[in-house]
Amino acid sequence: MTNHYIDFRNADVIINMGGNVAENHPVSFKWIQDARNKGATFIHVDPRFTRTSSKADIFARLRSGTDIAFIGGMIKYILDNELYDEFYVKNYTNATFIVNDQYGFDDGLFAGYDPTKRSYDKAKWSFVKDEKGIPKRDMSLKDDRCVLQILKKHYSRYTMEKVVTITGTPQEDLEKVYKAYSATGVPDKAGTILYAMGWTQHTVGTQNIRSMSIVQLLLGNMGIAGGGVNALRGESNVQGSTDHALLFHIIPAYLPTPRAKLQTLADYNATTPKTDDPRSANWWQNRPKYIASLLKSMFGDKAMKDNDFGYSWLPKLEDTQNASWLVLFDEMYKGKFTGFFAWGMNPACSGANAGKVREALTKLDWMVNVNVFDSETGSFWQGPGMDPKKIKTEVFQLPCAAFLEKEGSISNSGRWSQWRWKATNPPGDATPDSEIMYELMKKVKALYKKEKGAFPDPILNLKWDYETKGKFDIHTVAKEINGYDLTTGKLVANFTKLKDDGTTSCGNWLYSGSYTEDGNMAARRKKDDPTGLGLFPQWAWCWPVNRRIIYNRASVDLDGKPRNPAKAVIKWDAEAKKWIGDVPDGGWPPMGTEGFYPFIMKPDGVASIFGPGLADGPFPEHYEPLECPIEKNIMSNQRINPVVKILEGGPDTFATCDPKYPFVCTTYRVTEHWQTGVLTRWLPWLVEAEPQMFCEISQELAKLRGIENGAKVLVETSRGKVEATAIVTLRLKPFVIAGQTVHLIGLPYHFGWLHPKDGGDSANLLTPTVGDPNTMIPESKAFMANVTKITAQKAGKA
Amino acid sequence: MALKTFFIDTSKCTACRGCQIACKQWNMNPATKTVQRGSHQNPEDLSFVTFKLVRFSELEVDGKPKWYFFPDQCRHCMTPPCMITAESLKYKHIAKDEKTGAVVYNPKIKVKPKDAKAIRESCPWDIPRWDEKTQGMAKCTMCIDRVREGMLPACVKTCPTGAMNFGDRDAMLDMANRRLEQLKKLYPKAQLLNADFHQAVYLVIDDPQKYHKYALLQKQEMTRIAAIKKMIRHIADFVPLAG
Repeated sequence: MTNHYIDFRNADVIINMGGNVAENHPVSFKWIQDARNKGATFIHVDPRFTRTSSKADIFARLRSGTDIAFIGGMIKYILDNELYDEFYVKNYTNATFIVNDQYGFDDGLFAGYDPTKRSYDKAKWSFVKDEKGIPKRDMSLKDDRCVLQILKKHYSRYTMEKVVTITGTPQEDLEKVYKAYSATGVPDKAGTILYAMGWTQHTVGTQNIRSMSIVQLLLGNMGIAGGGVNALRGESNVQGSTDHALLFHIIPAYLPTPRAKLQTLADYNATTPKTDDPRSANWWQNRPKYIASLLKSMFGDKAMKDNDFGYSWLPKLEDTQNASWLVLFDEMYKGKFTGFFAWGMNPACSGANAGKVREALTKLDWMVNVNVFDSETGSFWQGPGMDPKKIKTEVFQLPCAAFLEKEGSISNSGRWSQWRWKATNPPGDATPDSEIMYELMKKVKALYKKEKGAFPDPILNLKWDYETKGKFDIHTVAKEINGYDLTTGKLVANFTKLKDDGTTSCGNWLYSGSYTEDGNMAARRKKDDPTGLGLFPQWAWCWPVNRRIIYNRASVDLDGKPRNPAKAVIKWDAEAKKWIGDVPDGGWPPMGTEGFYPFIMKPDGVASIFGPGLADGPFPEHYEPLECPIEKNIMSNQRINPVVKILEGGPDTFATCDPKYPFVCTTYRVTEHWQTGVLTRWLPWLVEAEPQMFCEISQELAKLRGIENGAKVLVETSRGKVEATAIVTLRLKPFVIAGQTVHLIGLPYHFGWLHPKDGGDSANLLTPTVGDPNTMIPESKAFMANVTKITAQKAGKA
Repeated sequence: MALKTFFIDTSKCTACRGCQIACKQWNMNPATKTVQRGSHQNPEDLSFVTFKLVRFSELEVDGKPKWYFFPDQCRHCMTPPCMITAESLKYKHIAKDEKTGAVVYNPKIKVKPKDAKAIRESCPWDIPRWDEKTQGMAKCTMCIDRVREGMLPACVKTCPTGAMNFGDRDAMLDMANRRLEQLKKLYPKAQLLNADFHQAVYLVIDDPQKYHKYALLQKQEMTRIAAIKKMIRHIADFVPLAG
């Protein structure tokens, strides 16, 4: 999130799209309710009418996978009616930038497309620069080649008629949403977007979010109280795990993973973002300090200037290698892995095309399953269709402590690192994950020391000393993350103290400042709120440098005066020459004097309405999901995202416009269970409330298929099938898409065959192995399926 | 300690069911075996081990879906018909706590099936439940063990949205009336249920019947009315609320 949970209460309009906030983030609804109590409008846009919709002032239904068309229409509405915040757009975004002549867009393709590689040459999307290398701008916004004009041209195609045809949303509902949300394009109103996996799990997932980012920039909603683009994370600490680089393409704190072509630290540092604009802070220019400090943290005294601080010991990805989840399990399926740690996850139920994942696990020599309870992953070898005698995989089950049984921090969606204390001892042999990892690596190091092996240097040189008086100590890890001044041995105050010469160490530059000589900042619990905006600066700690609302320099005018004085995030005290309020995005004076542009993480210093960095284009464009119910994309001849990576063959099959799989299917969660249910399915009270796998269908589809409420049904895709109980509900409705009736069905992915025994199996047995081209997050929210009633004869046969 | 009251604002209820689960947890009530019946409401009904149940009701109004949630529980009547019935049948398992006004059952006292039926039927809200195994009766306790220690009932403590409220009666009625005033502008049918003689006051924004059969006492519920007439002298307390 750019903002944080409590900040929802500062919004005038809240839109929840690609999410189901009341059901999946139930506690956060407190702040939405607070905003509503003060008169805010709450909008829910979703394929289904959910518990969230029941509390919405405006509900609009759309076909799953058509969010860009929906938002594209909103962009057009804002531009046509000139509802954008002109000051903001001109000064704080790249709307005024001139795009080079080679850029173009034709029939669903942006300039630079190579059909053989299914990729774009992004150089075609660059900006025109002056002789000093600074992007040229037209502050009048009239130049045909300026971003705002190109934006207008691009979205002029998203007419109300086309949007209705694609999304199936009634026009009156579209207009209601557009009107209500666009009203926040004035300085004293704030609109916020709350999204979750309903936006990410699509082949256009990143562009779904980009489309709303454009709306937020047009309306001046970034950097302000009650605004922002806010991802509601699906797990309490998924923000923390991303910050600490759980993903393949980054190492801690969003530094890019080294690639094979970057053999030396100098090569790596040569890729540091640059700017020639003296008004742009370009904060990423500090990256060499952060990588040097990270290497010092990893390799300690062994990291020296003359060995590139051990850079050569870091593993490198091949130059074009994609090591995302879908690809890893594809490789595992092909027998390319010998071992696997399933740590705090349940891929046998959470992975797209879970049948393939379960099969992949049989190709391993060994697997270690670390979890609080056993799961369909730990016990895959005794699951449906498995013959334990024929499976070679040796499985080790390591019980770990649950969150109340260990000490440490979690980072919430609002980027707050909050320290938690241990309430009770874990049962039996259960051990905190960190301790398991620590002991394990000590053993690995000892084995390498004794037996050597291929390339032992990274292992032997790894600094591994997170203990106090011979016992693992989580505080030493937290301090390592904060970083040290190695010349004094003292904890650094924050990341501005980090250096690229090997005199500082830091495990994660974004968390530098979280555990200083003043103590553990994440453990703070003071309830002071000087701004009255709910920032609570002394409650826990927030990255970066305790800044609660990022890009907050965009909330003030050029002189540093709040554009909305009633909700001033920061303001410039000209006499004292300092900022008051939240921690500003850099303490420099206001932009109108000698200060930098507000979007300090962007090389150009302004926010990107035109975003030349993504794989699939500088503007979001509507493409159909890989599996979709219509033969032709209404917007162009490109039916699907032209750069999407498709894994084909074997268990990876797809069916579009196939009469065998006529219904749009989506997957989701309910309040009572969490993720694949590994933790919640063992809690009888929660199982009592949501006991079994279900499939929600409309009354119309129920009639069509002769399915009565509560009947057993079989849901099938080209990849797998799953049994469920039908919930026939008026909360689901068929859509009219391009003149034809399209039905939508939906299932939760909480269940699994292991427990409870009559709970049913995972909805991910159905989902496709195709991902967003930028993130490779699978398209679990829009695919094609069939649903039939299980008759007595059918059940007998099965 | 002043008389206590729940204010249950259904307009803020998201049916997260935190209250339902917290109630089970605090009272150490076991889960019952349930199946998916084509509804998210589960368990299906209140029971000897389910004192609090969020009822789900979906319907269409002017072609638009509505989904109403009703966190059902004992209303803690000021003059509890269940207690009067029990007393008339010579049972002493129901007591009214004078300080808080809580109506509390002793589930360890055995009650004959037909008497339990009479007691249940005397409740206008169909709350108390009898257990075949133990022969005892049970329902919401107002978490009297918590309340006496200055704590909120478990269901109220866990509610994230402000749907469940609890406190001194005057403060709760004040809160309820202020909220009603606010909602009346948007929802002409908004109303408080059981505000005058009960210690669980509900706010609904539509016809109570659309939430739950026993949300409000019905005129046509003749058997119940008859039962009440038979048991209670304070019938005047109830008649004005009918319909």
